[in-house]
Amino acid sequence: MKKRKERIDRGIKVRSADIFALCSWREMLYLSSPRLLPIVGLFLLSFLLSLYWQKVLLSVSVFALLAISWDLLAQSGMVSLGQALFFGMGAYLAGIMNHYWGWSPFLTIPVATLFGGLFCTVLLLPVLRLRGIYFAMVTLILPIMLVRVIEATKIFGGTEGISGLSPLPSRWLELYIIIFALLAALFGFRRLMGSDFGLVLKGINDNDRSVMNAGINIYWFKAQALFIASSVGAFAGAFMTHVYMFVGMPVFALDYSILPIAAAIVGGAGTFAGAMFGAFILVPLSEILRGLGGLRIVFYGLFLVVFIVALPEGIFHYIQRKYHQFERWVEVEK
Amino acid sequence: MLLGTLIYGFVNSVILALVALGFNLTFGISGVANFAYGALYILAGFLSWVLFNSVDLPYAFAALFSVLLTAIAGALMYRFVLLRIRGMVLSEVIATFGIGLSILELFKYLGFIGFEYTLPVFIDSSIDIGQVVIDMQRVFIVTIGIAMAGFLWLFTHHTKTGLRFRGIAQDERTALSLGINSDWVATLSVSFGAAYAAIAAIVILPLGTITVDHGYEVLINALAVCIVGGLGSTGGVVIASFLLGYAQTFTATYLESHWVMVVPLVAILAILAIKPSGLYGEQKELEERI
Repeated sequence: MKKRKERIDRGIKVRSADIFALCSWREMLYLSSPRLLPIVGLFLLSFLLSLYWQKVLLSVSVFALLAISWDLLAQSGMVSLGQALFFGMGAYLAGIMNHYWGWSPFLTIPVATLFGGLFCTVLLLPVLRLRGIYFAMVTLILPIMLVRVIEATKIFGGTEGISGLSPLPSRWLELYIIIFALLAALFGFRRLMGSDFGLVLKGINDNDRSVMNAGINIYWFKAQALFIASSVGAFAGAFMTHVYMFVGMPVFALDYSILPIAAAIVGGAGTFAGAMFGAFILVPLSEILRGLGGLRIVFYGLFLVVFIVALPEGIFHYIQRKYHQFERWVEVEK
Repeated sequence: MLLGTLIYGFVNSVILALVALGFNLTFGISGVANFAYGALYILAGFLSWVLFNSVDLPYAFAALFSVLLTAIAGALMYRFVLLRIRGMVLSEVIATFGIGLSILELFKYLGFIGFEYTLPVFIDSSIDIGQVVIDMQRVFIVTIGIAMAGFLWLFTHHTKTGLRFRGIAQDERTALSLGINSDWVATLSVSFGAAYAAIAAIVILPLGTITVDHGYEVLINALAVCIVGGLGSTGGVVIASFLLGYAQTFTATYLESHWVMVVPLVAILAILAIKPSGLYGEQKELEERI
């Protein structure tokens, strides 16, 4: 008597898939609660947390943004091992504009977002023809290299960095800017990937040559995806510059590359929500483990390995499946 | 002066070739881009340091054991991690990168930082070539580098295992149909790559101190050489390492040592712009690039 596990969509999922969902509170709730959860949750958290944990929430959101931008790149067939490049580019641009030209944060952050994204895209433009590990290699090397350039030329404060930058007016504003940006990126990107544009990006990931055969210029699409993703990373960097009131070589550190990838893998790549979910697990965890010092990065590395081998779909996909489907054991027919 | 630069450039080129050979071997045969390569290199260095200084083994044994242990570590890494995600290139990259990161940061955490972490040179003397003084260790590096490249060629052309390696590299399915166990060959190839990293570490590391950050540099150098030469092509690796090695040495002599690490990136970007498949990578061109 052999048994197998059978997965079937829940009735409520099927019912709420069409217009009749609007007839029942229960089905409307079923549809809306996963969407409302991050919005309500983030705003509630911002009220309830203590000052220290609000700061943690801030860095969680920054890493979640980086993870989401990593996910967008990964879904368009470009795996980056160097989110620190985007982060650092935005951070330095904002720092330079604030320090040398005296621009206010409300000007530097948007400009750094735009030009940070533009610079990163131009920098990576020659390697857009590469895919897979080649692209990953180049993105891994670039931030390390930029650190060396800054060290060698001693520009922008060299090893000392630039300190004493102007902060954002209030810490509530800080918190809500980043929460709003995170939610906008999350829902915006989910929508983007559902559109025709996103379909092309997914197609490039699955089989770029057949997309080329369809007469689509994949480099143009890849460049656009790269610009969007790197702008998000640059925004996170520019924002953090004004939170710390400092910019220096640490903005190109490996932390900003590896933690977002770990978050996206642990949470589940390919949904954006998973990447954000992963950041909400890993960053507070690393905050709790702060006493371990350098051992934290060891844990990130091991997390990456364990999840990619044992649970490659990530936690979010697992939860999503439980939410939409139920499982039961049935006899195997002869 | 110029003669000295030329000779040291030659040594530097051989160092690059030594470092890149193992990475290239693993990638060429099993298609696994071993991003834990730099970590394995440093692991071998620290292993032989520990075996030599803490366990008090004779240095020759310590070196031999560390090569063996690193090779086993490579094989285990393939058996328990990579085997399960074989063929999913990006998962492989992320997993090996994670492993490498863990090893390197673990060493950093355990406090393996400082000037006392050096490996002894084989023979402490130097010889003169013209007016240039060169120490014996660098001579050893050149000899061992040439010997290892030669050994690799002999091994892959004239032994049964080596021929299996090439069979898998050329066409995995056909090789399978001829009774070559591709998992076993891939395990061996990762293990061989790790052993090459370990030998390179033991020969090269006596020139300086063993530092964790050096692991990342080794990985970057290996990647740069392999991209410029064309991944999977041994001849390309040799030529690319001479190009990069001389470029680095001239940069260090005539510009400033900070710029040395910028050379690999410039080389990568230049080669991608001029000939994206690398100097000798025609065969892989369609597979890896568009």
